[in-house]
Amino acid sequence: MRLRSLWLGLAGLAGFGLLLELVPRIGVVSDRYLPPTSRVLSALSDQIEAGALWRPVGDTLLTWAIGLALAVVAGVVLGVVIGSVPFLRAATASTIEFLRPIPSVAWIPAAIVLYGPVRAGTLLIVVYAAFWQMLVQVLHGVVDVDPVARDTARSYRLGRWARARWLVWPTTLPYAVTGLRLAATVALILTVTGELFIGTPGLGAEILLAAASGAVALTYALVLVTGLVGVAANLLFRVVERRALAWHPSVRQEVPA
Amino acid sequence: MLEVQGLHKVYDSHGRRVEAIRELTFTVPDGRFACVVGPSGCGKTTLLRCIAGLLPQTGGQVWVEGNPVSGPPPGLAVVFQEYGRSLFPWLRVRDNVELPLRAAGLPRARRRQLAADALAAVGLSDAYRAYPWQLSGGMQQRVAIARAVAYQPRVLLMDEPFAAVDAQTRADLEDLIRTVWRRLGVTLLFVTHDIDEAVYLGERVIVLSAAPTRIKEDLEIDLPAERDQLITRSDPRFTELRAHIYAQIQTSRGAPPPVHPPDRTAAPQEEMS
Amino acid sequence: MRLAGMRLAGTVLGRVGLVLGLPAVLVTIWWIVSADSEHFLFRSLRDILVAFRETWLGPRLVEDVLPSLSRLAQGYAASLVLGIGAGVLIGSSRTLRAVVEPVLELLRAIPPPALIPLIGLFAGIGDTRRVVIIIAGCVWPILLNTVEGVRAVDEVLADTCRSYRVRGLGRLRHLVLRSASPQIMTGARQALAIGIILMVISELQRTDRGIGFAVEQFQTSFRYPEMWSGVLLLGVLGVALSLLFRLADRQILGWYHGLRATQKESR
Repeated sequence: MRLRSLWLGLAGLAGFGLLLELVPRIGVVSDRYLPPTSRVLSALSDQIEAGALWRPVGDTLLTWAIGLALAVVAGVVLGVVIGSVPFLRAATASTIEFLRPIPSVAWIPAAIVLYGPVRAGTLLIVVYAAFWQMLVQVLHGVVDVDPVARDTARSYRLGRWARARWLVWPTTLPYAVTGLRLAATVALILTVTGELFIGTPGLGAEILLAAASGAVALTYALVLVTGLVGVAANLLFRVVERRALAWHPSVRQEVPA
Repeated sequence: MLEVQGLHKVYDSHGRRVEAIRELTFTVPDGRFACVVGPSGCGKTTLLRCIAGLLPQTGGQVWVEGNPVSGPPPGLAVVFQEYGRSLFPWLRVRDNVELPLRAAGLPRARRRQLAADALAAVGLSDAYRAYPWQLSGGMQQRVAIARAVAYQPRVLLMDEPFAAVDAQTRADLEDLIRTVWRRLGVTLLFVTHDIDEAVYLGERVIVLSAAPTRIKEDLEIDLPAERDQLITRSDPRFTELRAHIYAQIQTSRGAPPPVHPPDRTAAPQEEMS
Repeated sequence: MRLAGMRLAGTVLGRVGLVLGLPAVLVTIWWIVSADSEHFLFRSLRDILVAFRETWLGPRLVEDVLPSLSRLAQGYAASLVLGIGAGVLIGSSRTLRAVVEPVLELLRAIPPPALIPLIGLFAGIGDTRRVVIIIAGCVWPILLNTVEGVRAVDEVLADTCRSYRVRGLGRLRHLVLRSASPQIMTGARQALAIGIILMVISELQRTDRGIGFAVEQFQTSFRYPEMWSGVLLLGVLGVALSLLFRLADRQILGWYHGLRATQKESR
């Protein structure tokens, strides 16, 4: 069954590639706008041969990783602290609900003025957006501790530290891992956004450059690479998620963030 | 009227062939109440799903109201064991009961009437505005029964409907279903693993063997037509029938036949062997 | 001590205090700290609020804000139709899902902003381009979540529908869509956040009107109070849209929240 799905999936991908090869060649869409797959792939291989692909990929990945790490640390720490103290939770709820929906792209002009076209500017918007994803998930995790389990822990007189280790941590972990995956997705989107609009070096900047200089096939190739990076990241985090949740008796669904 | 002729079902998956049902042949005449019991895994649910048209059979044929079954037939309703999952959680009780009628195209006034009558028949007239998840398990199963009643089927199938309910509620529901059966005059096929329940409810009990399933025995329940939880269950004939079926199922399972305890209530010369 | 605090929190005054307390404190601090700001970029809160009133409550409301919101609405609506429509089709067929899934995963992994230069090639300049950008980003969470929701319809419920002969359009409406609605709403929520982002950036570095365009204009012409007022506006819009969504969610998914609450109690 799984094997069949695999074959079907590959067939789908191949069919998609074939479709994109034929459509511009037949002339349904002009090949100036949609170069055939073969041309895109050859532009990609040219780029690789010229050694010009890995640096932007590396730049993007680095920005993304730094931003994600900062957001995760801040999100987990604040999430655990706020989540563990009911008063803090209640007091900060309205502030969080107000700050969360502010689109991080609103900070782009400020980032440009403050930092100019360097990594720091993009990090500002990346961290801002990813942080909220992480915080919300961790908060839900800390709050979700089974009241029966908590009462049991208290009746066995488990200290605060022991409770944190045996009760809060295992409950929060699945949420945190889901939060990590969501935060990573958002972080990548905003990394590329920053590269496109703030000018930070990376794949986004290369795409802009290729499009501006009329190298259409190269533009598509770079977009494809960006997509592949996203797929790889998604797969990585899903594997991590499955590992972290493997021992967990119940499967946590994404809490509507 | 329900007719099963030479039913044969083989499951074929991942290269494994499992013969769930070897051969089943029986008829339930119009308006009769028949129970089906058998050891665990004997294909009771498979049988029910084949009759309901939810599962294609490998061989043989089922007729409902004289028409061969090749998909869910009209005029047939099913009550499942998992009441929580068979009711729509986004609909209130009344809308749940009305849904099959709505899908069948009945006008609103008529639907309302049928639903109201059905809810009254199961004693839930006051709960029509509630959501199913606001009700207890027993009440949810009543809603499922009301839905079947409102549908006005000719044949009613029930798949271990009271297995997931506590004992007291089960007793109430058993009596309810007999009342409903009497009022509607449906042909009722009731699948259960609970022998006491089967004897208490049915006019007839079909005992299945272990897989590959055949009919082990087809018993007439010659208890009085008026059943009562206290009186009927302490009737000696009830105990006999029950013990007999139990023995049948035990031998089906390959377990040694039960040893009858000496009958302390009877006079010494009537000691059972 | 703690008990007294909890009792206070329970009263209406306490509750209002909790909701407004921290925001009020933060805003006050902001006001005080920035009051005499001579900094070129970080202007006083007072200046920003004045700029807000002058900028956004005047003609720009019609010239910039409404067009932006209108494009967002169009893009979002189109994404809902496309995403739910395609999602139902794909989710209903295991074969189709297996064939299409890798392609969809690839397409959805492309960060929407990266598509902007490409869409510029196709759709030229103007409103179409901007709406297409919004659709290109919003459709994926809706589509993928719809597929997931349709796939996960409860078996017993599906059997019930089959045995009661609920088929075709009725089945789609009463069973599939409603059963998938919580999952679809999750996707719709994510899509809204992405849509706002794309609404803004689709207007950057262009010459047509819109909120993003205006804010960028302020930034490049060094009019920083106005720029910050734009950031404030986007914040307010984000919150307002989020609240609207919450209301819609409560209407459509009231049953679901009630169901989850009962399940939690019995846990």
